[in-house]
Amino acid sequence: MADSAHKIHARQVKAWFADKQILQGVDMAIPKNQVTAIIGPSGCGKSTFIRCINRMHELVDVARFEGEILLDEQDVYGSDVDPVLLRRRVGMVFQKPNPFPTMSIRDNVLAGLKMTGRLKKSEADAIVERSLGKAALWGEVKDRLKEPGGGLSGGQQQRLCIARSLAVDPEVLLMDEPCSALDPIATARIEDLLSDLRQNYTIVIVTHNMQQATRVSDKTAFFLHGELIEFGETDSLFTHPADSRTEDYITGKFG
Amino acid sequence: MGQSVDICGCRSKLGERLFHVGCWLAILLPLSMLIVLVADVAIDGIGRLDWGFIKGYPSRRAHRAGIWPAFCGTLWLVGLTGLLAIPIGIGGAVYLEEYGGNSRLAGFIELNIANLAGVPSVIYGLLGLEFFVRVAGLGSSVLAGACTLALLVLPIVIISSREALRTVPHGLREAALGLGCTPWQMIRKVVLPMALPGILTGAILSVSRAIGETAPLILVGAVVFITFTPEGVDSQFTALPIQIFNWVSMPQKGFMENAAAGIVVLLLTLLSINLVAILLRNHFQRRRY
Repeated sequence: MADSAHKIHARQVKAWFADKQILQGVDMAIPKNQVTAIIGPSGCGKSTFIRCINRMHELVDVARFEGEILLDEQDVYGSDVDPVLLRRRVGMVFQKPNPFPTMSIRDNVLAGLKMTGRLKKSEADAIVERSLGKAALWGEVKDRLKEPGGGLSGGQQQRLCIARSLAVDPEVLLMDEPCSALDPIATARIEDLLSDLRQNYTIVIVTHNMQQATRVSDKTAFFLHGELIEFGETDSLFTHPADSRTEDYITGKFG
Repeated sequence: MGQSVDICGCRSKLGERLFHVGCWLAILLPLSMLIVLVADVAIDGIGRLDWGFIKGYPSRRAHRAGIWPAFCGTLWLVGLTGLLAIPIGIGGAVYLEEYGGNSRLAGFIELNIANLAGVPSVIYGLLGLEFFVRVAGLGSSVLAGACTLALLVLPIVIISSREALRTVPHGLREAALGLGCTPWQMIRKVVLPMALPGILTGAILSVSRAIGETAPLILVGAVVFITFTPEGVDSQFTALPIQIFNWVSMPQKGFMENAAAGIVVLLLTLLSINLVAILLRNHFQRRRY
């Protein structure tokens, strides 16, 4: 059952796009205030899995879902759960940095609160500074908050998107290959950031970069063909994989 | 390795040139036609074009006749048409693009809109006469005319707004939803602002269409000889194209000059309305980065 050490419990999670089954029944308990990495070859269902957690999966017309995902004690697919409210507790950072082009840096950070009508004017400045600070971007942009978010470099844009997600004060942060469009230096900055963020947030990061998984995560899950093959402490998974398929993947025999 | 390819220019440049020239001709031909037409009309009408003509009321004597009621009627019509067609059109486009999905209803509506865009304007006039003038009891009012024109331009607004909505990147919608926005909050705060320039382009096109329409207004009951300007939406009205049409059908030469001058006024009105819309569009375009 649900316990306090774990933030998310996935039970027999199955997902489809039209007739194509993407997830074959995934069971996984994601630890609280840790970084969990999900690795696996393209098309293995790792992105679909995290998109099931904040119910972004169902936004596609032909998508279907079965199973149970508990956030703390509550099934996020329960009939009384509003996916809109769920997504305020479970934030998401996407593969491609996507700041809102019509908004300034400041407005991008405040976007989630502003658009949902929850921003108190008096708190705005503090939220902007705190969120950008957590995303390690404050120092770089504090003198140009009024400038467009799209004018930043790719790495800065992605950190702006992280700040934007943090501003709505989520408990879980899902990251879908957040560094795949970034150069190594920008990637390193985001990886550094993750180790600070884990103190306050439960982080699930999908990555196709195994070195990244070893650098940032406490636990790692290996997905293959929509199944969870192996899930364990990152160190032991990469040094002593229990499953031969995991070993083949991390040693580069396929992927 | 494969065969090496000769890169020393023996490629036919003739075809390229011909295409280039062809493209120039394609734009030059209609443009020169337009210039000749406008110049011809301007030469005929320029003599009549003065403040007295613009502020004048219709008269049986050509040199005393003016265009003021028709000018005001056109502004009323275009303004009301825009007020009716643009919000409804954007609403329809938002439904079809954002909510309709692949439902049968959406597909049915889509097919009908595409067909409506091709219906002759006289048919809209008949519909306006029957529905707005008689059934809805609006009479031959400026509102009935605007409702009819709004129907006429609605497909243009919907189709161009949909195109504009489609250009908004999927990633931005996901970003907004991922922050806990409702679909409506996402559409209002992210999608519509991004699509606004494209939507305004549709508005420009629809206004251009509405301002020149004559046939449906004749059916709806625009009056030709009118000595007052519309005072409200229920007022009788006339419009520039109708006034021009009326003058053209007069035997006296003086009215021909009036018609030419009227056309110049109509074109200038259209240009200035479009100019405002284009400035507005550029303003919103500059806001995105």
